[in-house]
Amino acid sequence: MYRYDQYDQAIVDARVAEFRDQVARRIAGEMNDDQFKPLRLKNGLYLQLHAYMLRVAIPYGTLNSKQVRKLAHIARTYDRGYGHITTRQNIQYNWIKLEQAPDILAELATVEMHAIQTSGESIRNISADQYAGAAADEICDPRAWAELLRQYTTFHPEFSYLPRKFKIAITAADDDRAAIKLHDVGLKIVRNAAGELGFEVYVGGGMGRTPFVAPLIRPFLPADRICSYLEAVLRVWNRHGRRDNIHKQRIKILVHDLGGEEFTRQVEAEWQAIAPQMDDIPMKEFDRIAAYFTPPAFETGLSDEIDLSDPDFARWVKHNVHAHKQPGYAIATISLKAIGEIPGDISADQIDVVADLTERYSLDDLRATHAQNLVLPHVRKSDLYTVWQILRDHDLATASLDLVTDIIACPGLDYCSLANARSIPIAQKIADRFAAYDVQNDLGELKIKISGCINACGHHHVGHIGILGVDRKGTENYQLLLGGSGAEDASLGKITGPGFDEDGIVDAVGRTIDKYRAIRADGERFLDTYRRVGFEPFKEAIYG
Amino acid sequence: MKIITGNDLKTGAVIWWAGDGWSPHVEDSVDVGETGETLLARETAALRVNGGYVVEATQTPEGIRPDHIKERIRALGPTVRLDLSLKPADPTAGDWVI
Amino acid sequence: MADPLRFRDDEPADEPAVTLDAFLDQPDAVSVRIEGGDDVRKLIPAFARLRLVEIDFPRFRDGRGYSSARILRESGYTGEIKAVGDVLLDQLLFMRRCGFDSFAPDHPIDPAAAERAFNAYPAVYQQAADGEVPVWKLRHG
Repeated sequence: MYRYDQYDQAIVDARVAEFRDQVARRIAGEMNDDQFKPLRLKNGLYLQLHAYMLRVAIPYGTLNSKQVRKLAHIARTYDRGYGHITTRQNIQYNWIKLEQAPDILAELATVEMHAIQTSGESIRNISADQYAGAAADEICDPRAWAELLRQYTTFHPEFSYLPRKFKIAITAADDDRAAIKLHDVGLKIVRNAAGELGFEVYVGGGMGRTPFVAPLIRPFLPADRICSYLEAVLRVWNRHGRRDNIHKQRIKILVHDLGGEEFTRQVEAEWQAIAPQMDDIPMKEFDRIAAYFTPPAFETGLSDEIDLSDPDFARWVKHNVHAHKQPGYAIATISLKAIGEIPGDISADQIDVVADLTERYSLDDLRATHAQNLVLPHVRKSDLYTVWQILRDHDLATASLDLVTDIIACPGLDYCSLANARSIPIAQKIADRFAAYDVQNDLGELKIKISGCINACGHHHVGHIGILGVDRKGTENYQLLLGGSGAEDASLGKITGPGFDEDGIVDAVGRTIDKYRAIRADGERFLDTYRRVGFEPFKEAIYG
Repeated sequence: MKIITGNDLKTGAVIWWAGDGWSPHVEDSVDVGETGETLLARETAALRVNGGYVVEATQTPEGIRPDHIKERIRALGPTVRLDLSLKPADPTAGDWVI
Repeated sequence: MADPLRFRDDEPADEPAVTLDAFLDQPDAVSVRIEGGDDVRKLIPAFARLRLVEIDFPRFRDGRGYSSARILRESGYTGEIKAVGDVLLDQLLFMRRCGFDSFAPDHPIDPAAAERAFNAYPAVYQQAADGEVPVWKLRHG
């Protein structure tokens, strides 16, 4: 993975010093909260329902064991013993003290980590395919580009007071594991007919109050022009994005209002104006970064056999283990969705266990996924059983990847001051109801996503089954959506009808799943059945 | 009744206006009537509270109960981690919130 | 006494800034005041007479002025660009990088604090209007 050079380290260290000064000025009363808030948000520090919350960046979801241990240390020392993996591959700590935040950032800087631009109206963490560097279906490792863009977008002087937040995702495979079309900018690395490397550029995706699947703005952008092109996209939005209504300021609104064609025209025009002045970052620099993402020293001649005689292990292999491009290796998902636990939460002790596994069994490489799980990308098949046993002993081995209990849920009203309803108890009740392995296995791929408010941090718009918490005359109420998808076949879920209370929504999900079972054809996932028969049969089953 | 909540500036801890100062316990809250905004302005300027706001609440036999579930969760702690709440030893503490 | 938040050697233009429309209408105007939604590229034909561009920040979170300043510099404007209004200490560095060379904040900023802010970062990741060499260039010469 990428290692900071003196410049990267000096920049992060300077940021820590600057923030320390800003915190001191705030605590001394030299700044009020209005003035301080954008500054603390630029360092990922929210004021939340119970305390300050710190969102630490995990660039393109990648960590080494030293960093993982530091995350455990922070959970123990500065928080209440746990962290939460988010839908943007970051980690959040819920019980932070402002007066300690500079120390936390200083500690993170010692392991080449930070909380820069993880909130506020900034260019946020760039997310990537969690199987990057390991999956067989990718053209190249997208993370080298993600790192190039991370540096290009960090402390960009022109784009630090944007109309709203800005999220970029990147993938290099046809299977979109990073939900790129639901991002402000989605990048897919491709080769053109001449074999040249470039990007499909999607702009204007997003969820929240007005969800959109991003249109394709540029079918092929030569890879070495990505920075100047992104500059043009950002500048068009910075200049022309709305500033009058916070709910209408994302770039997706501008793209929608102008129409894809006009938006593209403006971007191309701005790009023509910029190009003479702006040196795109040269390929020498890209090559320097890419050298950190060459394949690790895989062993050769390893066995591809896995002894599946232990039935629990066999189930875990079936669901949580993905093929690796290198013979003898596998990609293993660590589930943070133990039945009855909080989706995405991980204790300090568990983090330390994961650190050891990362170092010993995954070539010191760990990933966070936008589905709130973790991945060991480079596990020898011969080590899978040992890894599984350790995970099992620490409640990290739920065999449920992409199954009905592998639910994405935002923290919701239990933690978040923006929320209208609690989301975690809903996730827990659904997981409880469908906990039995045979039930999960029979249902197959079924992605449930729950958001506690319209901000959609739980990605409910793109759940096969989505749940949205709302406030209905002061009480919690839940809307049900069907048919969303965040993959390459992106689609937005459709609201079924009137909402439900807490028990009602769980029952409604139950009726939906019963209907699926009753009418599915052989081999059909829930999403396939829904797309085949449409909305009405499910609506009838839910509401009678 | 109208009560006030906010966060301690330095620690972020949830606090409630108790009349003579700030308390971590909602049951110490006092009715501020229509003086809430003035009070908040003074306390905010004095750096004794951050992010404060006025909350509607009801006096019940069991004590002061914020009218909205969000403030009840704020008063107690996450319903899904009662061990981290203000009443970790009470398994029924979450009932008060709902 | 020289304005401590003005980083130019020449004399300030002493004519009051007029709106963009007025400036374009008045052939002898030398100072213009740009609002967030104005298109600064309309000034390009008038660069020869233009001495001062004031860019207004009614709210510091409205970042359109940063693009305006940068576009002016990219287009070859070498006169004064002044940030006016809700300008706080923590915005000065990026404003300077985007081409602002003077500042008229609503509330005074301590010049010593400003100096520290300008020097807070030993390196930058991007080319901008200030000519600072970005890290990627330093790495490869």
